[in-house]
Amino acid sequence: MELAEEKLDEHHLDAKEVVDVVVRFAGDSGDGMQLTGSNFTQATALYGNDLSTFPDFPAEIRAPVGATFGVSAFQIYFGAEDVTTAGDELDVLVAMNPAALVTNLHNLIDGGLIIVDSGAFTAKNLAKAKYQSNPLEDDSLQGFRVLDIDISQQVLTAVEPFGLGHKDALRCKNMWTLGLVMWLFDRDRTPTIESLQKKFANKQQIADANIAALNAGHAYGETAELPAGIHVYKVPKAKVAPGTYRNITGTTALAWGLITGAELADIDLLFASYPITPASNLLHELANRKQFRVNTFQAEDEIAAVCAAMGASFAGSLGVTSSAGPGIALKAEGMALAAASELPLVIVNTQRGGPSTGLPTKTEQSDLNMALFGRHGDTPMPVISSSTSTDCFEVAIEAVRIATKYMTPVMLLSDGYLANAAEPWQIPDVGSFESFPVQHHQEAEGFKPSLRDDRTLARVWPKPGTPGMEHRIGGIERSFETGDISYDPANHQKMTDLRKAKVDGIADDIPPQEVCLGNPGGKLAVVGWGSTFGAIHQAVKRARAEGLDVSHIQVRYLSPLPKNLGELLSQFDAVLIPEMNTGQFVRLVRSEYLIDADGLNKVAGQPFKIGEILAAIHQKYHELEGNP
Amino acid sequence: MNKPLPKLTLKDFASDQEVRWCPGCGDYAILKTIQKLMPELDRPRENHVFVSGIGCSSRFPYYMNTYGFHTIHGRAPAIATGVKLANPELDVWVITGDGDGFSIGGNHMLHALRRNVDMQVLLFNNEIYGLTKGQYSPTSQQGTRSPSTPQGSIDLPLSPCAVALGAGGTFIARSIDTEAKHLSAVVAKGHAHSGTAFIEILQNCPIYNDGVFEQVKDKKIAPDFRVEVEHGRPIVFGKEQEKGIVLNRETLQLEVVTVAGNEDRLLVHDETNKAQAQLLAAMAGPDYPVAVGVLYREDKASFIADVHSQVNAAREQSASLQELLHSGHTWTVD
Repeated sequence: MELAEEKLDEHHLDAKEVVDVVVRFAGDSGDGMQLTGSNFTQATALYGNDLSTFPDFPAEIRAPVGATFGVSAFQIYFGAEDVTTAGDELDVLVAMNPAALVTNLHNLIDGGLIIVDSGAFTAKNLAKAKYQSNPLEDDSLQGFRVLDIDISQQVLTAVEPFGLGHKDALRCKNMWTLGLVMWLFDRDRTPTIESLQKKFANKQQIADANIAALNAGHAYGETAELPAGIHVYKVPKAKVAPGTYRNITGTTALAWGLITGAELADIDLLFASYPITPASNLLHELANRKQFRVNTFQAEDEIAAVCAAMGASFAGSLGVTSSAGPGIALKAEGMALAAASELPLVIVNTQRGGPSTGLPTKTEQSDLNMALFGRHGDTPMPVISSSTSTDCFEVAIEAVRIATKYMTPVMLLSDGYLANAAEPWQIPDVGSFESFPVQHHQEAEGFKPSLRDDRTLARVWPKPGTPGMEHRIGGIERSFETGDISYDPANHQKMTDLRKAKVDGIADDIPPQEVCLGNPGGKLAVVGWGSTFGAIHQAVKRARAEGLDVSHIQVRYLSPLPKNLGELLSQFDAVLIPEMNTGQFVRLVRSEYLIDADGLNKVAGQPFKIGEILAAIHQKYHELEGNP
Repeated sequence: MNKPLPKLTLKDFASDQEVRWCPGCGDYAILKTIQKLMPELDRPRENHVFVSGIGCSSRFPYYMNTYGFHTIHGRAPAIATGVKLANPELDVWVITGDGDGFSIGGNHMLHALRRNVDMQVLLFNNEIYGLTKGQYSPTSQQGTRSPSTPQGSIDLPLSPCAVALGAGGTFIARSIDTEAKHLSAVVAKGHAHSGTAFIEILQNCPIYNDGVFEQVKDKKIAPDFRVEVEHGRPIVFGKEQEKGIVLNRETLQLEVVTVAGNEDRLLVHDETNKAQAQLLAAMAGPDYPVAVGVLYREDKASFIADVHSQVNAAREQSASLQELLHSGHTWTVD
């Protein structure tokens, strides 16, 4: 289907109380926007709003100052109701320079609030942003509320007592701005002050200056005479289930899921990886967690990473490797060896825009085909996906379970959006998880490396160092009977069939597909996998509020697919599959179930907007009701 | 491990698999030597893991009655690193060839050496690609005629020992497939070494590169073309041990001299001297004899030992999952 967008009309800043708000902090990559955003997120979570965040940064670490391609942004959507995306249009845009304004203004709603550092609107910066005239001085921002403050000057005054150099003093600009936005939404500054104290524990002067800037920004809001229509907004607390919560990004959730999976499997885990955006943070997080049953290894390349992980699995630990698209391509041969030699292995793919280097810091779901089919030979491999940042925790545990139970490589699909986005997470009770302890083969009597479980078809897992079970495995086809090398034609047929049957059989060991919103049949099913969850969920919710017969189905298990999925989809008159690729899952659904599903596809490096999916629902609904 | 190990023999290390190398292949001799050496290493059989890549030599693990993993082309050092990281108690061996180890797998070899992973790398160098039917390899002499270089190969070969030294290897040795005693002694020393022990084995391929090492192997002429270096002993060779190696201190090059009259100048092998090892590794015919033996040895903590001391230090901290999940800012909704 064509990508179109419907404007959502619930955003307004006229009232003193608003149901939800989208704020975007944007500035130079060196302006500290990510830090500003994460501190605001913290305060917002503690305030009690539901929220979702979207850090959106360039691939360049420090792009030239003032350049449009160097704009780094952090977007947060928070509100009184369930929030599952980072928001469509912006209510508040914080622009630290002209480049940040020009690249983000098109997303600001009419009547939205712009906070700018007028001190950064110099002729030079305006020229870099290709402004013909200063937008703060002409009438181009007329439809918006504008708060233009010479933040640079305000900051220099606020931090003067601490004796910092000019450059260091100006680096407190982000905290001043944060203070102002915290005032705007009545957030508590205490956790930010605490984290600044901690961050600059050895640089008291810097800590003091940043805190002074934060407080000065807040005081500015309280005391300055602001233009009409700018005041403190109350965003009611969200109604959430009782429990203890924290904010968590997909990367942290995935790392902690792997740690938990290792505990539940009662096994050591070796995480071997090679740095690549946006997957590297998983390595960083786990490298700090070696007090658990985890060890990490930064390999010399992607291939070495998958191979070292596989070596660990051969030795009786669980090997896990991680990368993004181009790196996963390099691991393909290794994955096939893990499948052939029937060793457990988890491969995490944090997808990004492709092909090739593509858009390293932007999100996409275009590695599904590679995950499902990107190996030589007939090499079936389970593939599962996480739908939200918090879902990464459970999906990581599931990947560990399937890999160890079925002695197979498993690919876990995440993406750049999930990896970096944070959302509140109700912390689960670890004791409530069902364990799945690994049993290394112990019985030397009658041992052969080809012994397998009749039900799961999983091969035994003998651990080197165990007497009496010395054996050889490898990439050459192995005899079904003995595990020794075999070039026998009938044996190859049998082993190929076996590998397929083993992976297909996992369908009996996963939950049946459920409908996550709406009825298990009806006019239209919107089917998603991965990080499209949030936007689909909100769009379906809104469509249902309009009285439309629409359901949301979110698929976690992509190979094998849930056994009832075809039957479930056939209960709907139409199926719509939004994906951040050119239609990879929709093609699978069409070929697998002969269902005339429609795709809705977006590859802009940005997540779907709710309005885009809602527009597609309306269009499809219109067609279903007999309108052309 | 208080129980004495059962006395094992060569037979205990031979698997039930039919050996499938070509008749006359140097790999047979190496296999026999290693199988014979194994009981002498006095380690439980189940602790040995042989990991290989792809190529004729990489079939080796199938014939050893130990744990073995025949993997993919060039990747054995990376897989072996994972094995050893997972279980430092294991005795890990990498079996590779000149193509597997220094062409497709060059990067892994470089890093296995640099990291000083605790394992033994046996590189069977026959200066040719055998399993793919005779193409030239990265160690083939310039001008090697092969199916892929019918007019003769153009690129210069690399010297495995010189590259291994350059990569920061801490145990670099060279031996010969049919010199069982020498090979066995060198491998035993490598096994005793903590870190990556790199052993280049000159190995004859009777089908695609027959006789390429004839000068250093033929009993009649070898004394003039190879020199066995031994720590603390002057470097001399020749049928009557009449020739020796000296260092020209002006050019910093090695020179071949007659022993007579040069006794005081003869280079004494110091296997801990890296600069000397580099000169010895680079010696090649026809002007110099090929050096065999332990060229270099450096005592240094292995990567595996250091990794595990970090891990052990981390494991002294409390490891409560519940605490981890609640670390940092949390809030409670009643």
